Amino acid sequence: MTEKTFMAGFGGQGIISLGQLWVYSAMKEGLKVTFFPFYGAEKRGGIARASVIVSSEEITSPLVTSADSVVVMNQDSVEIAEKVCKEGGTIFVNSSLIKTDPARPDAKIVHVPCNDIALKLGDVRVANMVMMGALSAVTSAVKLDTFEAVLKSFFPASKHSLIAINIAAVEEGKKAVS
Amino acid sequence: MAEEIRLMKGNEAIGEAAVRAGCRAYFGYPITPQNELTAYMAKHMLAKGRTFIQAESEVAAINMVYGASSTGARAMTSSSSPGVSLKQEGISYLCGADLPAVIVNVARSGPGLGGISPSQGDYFQSTRGGGHGDYYTIVLAPKGVQDAADLTYEAFSISEKWRVPVLILADGLIGQMMEGVVLPPPLDPAMFPRKPWAVGYAAEMGRPYNHVTSINLVPDELEAANRARFARYEQIKKELIRYEEIDVEDADLVFVAYGTSARVSHGALQMARTRGMKVGLFRPITLWPFPYARIHELAKKGKKFLSVEMSMGQMVEDVKLAVEGAAPVYFYGRCGGNIPSQEEVFAEVKRLLGK
Repeated sequence: MTEKTFMAGFGGQGIISLGQLWVYSAMKEGLKVTFFPFYGAEKRGGIARASVIVSSEEITSPLVTSADSVVVMNQDSVEIAEKVCKEGGTIFVNSSLIKTDPARPDAKIVHVPCNDIALKLGDVRVANMVMMGALSAVTSAVKLDTFEAVLKSFFPASKHSLIAINIAAVEEGKKAVS
Repeated sequence: MAEEIRLMKGNEAIGEAAVRAGCRAYFGYPITPQNELTAYMAKHMLAKGRTFIQAESEVAAINMVYGASSTGARAMTSSSSPGVSLKQEGISYLCGADLPAVIVNVARSGPGLGGISPSQGDYFQSTRGGGHGDYYTIVLAPKGVQDAADLTYEAFSISEKWRVPVLILADGLIGQMMEGVVLPPPLDPAMFPRKPWAVGYAAEMGRPYNHVTSINLVPDELEAANRARFARYEQIKKELIRYEEIDVEDADLVFVAYGTSARVSHGALQMARTRGMKVGLFRPITLWPFPYARIHELAKKGKKFLSVEMSMGQMVEDVKLAVEGAAPVYFYGRCGGNIPSQEEVFAEVKRLLGK
């Protein structure tokens, strides 16, 4: 099993955290992983993207240039999603912010209202975790069954009060696509 | 107890591997894309009561390495391409004085200030000495985070064994990428044997002083020192050459690629193999000494070569030197901070094989 995911959004939407938590969880589940981020030189805003691969085998190129799945968190990133998704791949769209679907009739488009779900949970900043739940449920590449332990080591102790809402966001994301 | 697998950036893994190898002194100066390495050393060297100095420049940092290494301490510096250019005078002095050191280049695109994206444009500089005078440094090229940690760890002992600086030639992708890594066991610098050539040691033993220097104004003496060093280089060539081969035996076309390019080429290899094309990968791990003999052997078996690089074509010259006209040698490269995709490398394979 190899799942190559390209993640794209706006600086501040948690693209880098999403990619890191996805591969960290995958590693805890015994998979090989690579995570390569790229973002602009801006202090805030600008583009945030990541090449993310999880696999049961040795990973060759760490660059995702023909993605099995694409996560797109904002309208401006739709264009890159259209380009990077492989024939018949899956595009996960943050439908709270994206009103026009990627022009890829061959691809499976999964709508996840990440911001709306996150706001209902009480904090828009967990929109990325809602998306991760959806990604997990649809691709089954990473099960996220060790997620609580992963968050405990990912967050410093001072942020452990946020673990519950992050877990809830992942669960809601899974439900949204089931 | 077995070490746990950790998720780390390449830069951080290099730093932790150096700390575990018993690096006693680190001197650095910030530059993207290797900043996490300097930052990691600031935190972890000081926490262990070892020396960390953010120098006033790259030139200062490499000369601090010279000073620390003269005392026999395991010493290290790191930078990225423009910064490594600035260190070349100091590297030449280290080589002239037969001092060990570990120098890490997390290379970026050039020439000049260039860009901050990954590149392999420093191959010539790395493998041909880089500074003035007759010398080489040992050059190790990791292909990922685990490899970067393992080679950095080993670089210290290799450098001490041969009294030749070791250059770790990574690139911005390897520095910035995160992968799982299992780290080698920590060594305590206090447990290392004293170096008989080091400053200070001779006085303790009641012997005449050791003078660590690269200067020698007597031509015959300087020639003799250079010849002795080159005799050591011949020994290094016999003992140190390393490479990795994947699916080479039955291949018609063999990629020659190191570092990130080797990873991309491996992806292209898999694309080719699933379509019945016999493609192999030869990955030099030591760029100096370069595995000329093995490539020559493969050339005589009738294989064609494609050197894949993130440059305008530098290692391809060594491949041609190895092949000595016995087989066709092709080149595919991207530069300016662009990384070739496995799809475009595969397209080049199809073109060369006429498929």
